[in-house]
Amino acid sequence: MPKLSRVEINCTTGKQTVIELSAEEIAQAESDRLKAEQDQADREAAAATKAATKAAIAERLGLTAEELATLLS
Amino acid sequence: MADTFTLIASSTAGAGGVTAFDFTSIPSTYTDLVLKWSVRQDLSAVAASDFIYINGSQTSYIGRWIEASGAGSATSYGYSGNFTYANPEGNGANSTANAFSNAEIYIPSYAGSYYKSFASINAMENNAATAYVSLGANLWSNGSAINRVTISTSATSVTGGAQKFLQYSTAYLYGVSNA
Repeated sequence: MPKLSRVEINCTTGKQTVIELSAEEIAQAESDRLKAEQDQADREAAAATKAATKAAIAERLGLTAEELATLLS
Repeated sequence: MADTFTLIASSTAGAGGVTAFDFTSIPSTYTDLVLKWSVRQDLSAVAASDFIYINGSQTSYIGRWIEASGAGSATSYGYSGNFTYANPEGNGANSTANAFSNAEIYIPSYAGSYYKSFASINAMENNAATAYVSLGANLWSNGSAINRVTISTSATSVTGGAQKFLQYSTAYLYGVSNA
């Protein structure tokens, strides 16, 4: 796994320090990556489902997507 | 109305990227703080969330935000726990190439002894229907003066996770004085 680093910016001295993550932080980071990707996928899937449901309702009502959006605005 | 608006510190991610921008030793001499950042993450998704931590704390955050994209009407979300969703839909690796999201939080009376409320606003840049904008209201239920603010890629770690802010991602911290 490539090195992971954070940057610390000391606002009093102006000094910037690049700090490598520790082994423990990296292990946690890998777990975080998998969860973050899954969480984002879940949110995008939920948004897509919502959009599809709206489209189906609009079709059933004989409305275009724009007309439905106008009604809901 | 602000009397002065001063750049306290700024940082730009280098070639290797960074997992977090960590502003420490923030002086207490201003009235309010403004944090602005423009970032792109290497998370394999169109959108990727950024998280804010205050004073390294992972407790006592709560807030709500509304977001909308070209793909649908606005949606409201809430959160409560160990981080702030300050940029809930930033640019991920699958968004338009070389596009970065823009975000800002405004923290009034950051050096005072009251709980810290702050507003957030952000926009994702994406040449597709899925391009989010959001507005948020956030609260850190802690009366400590703020001396550290961290923008992190992780919801579980102040120092960031496996995701990185890519090269050319930037963060700017400003102090606002009312006199």
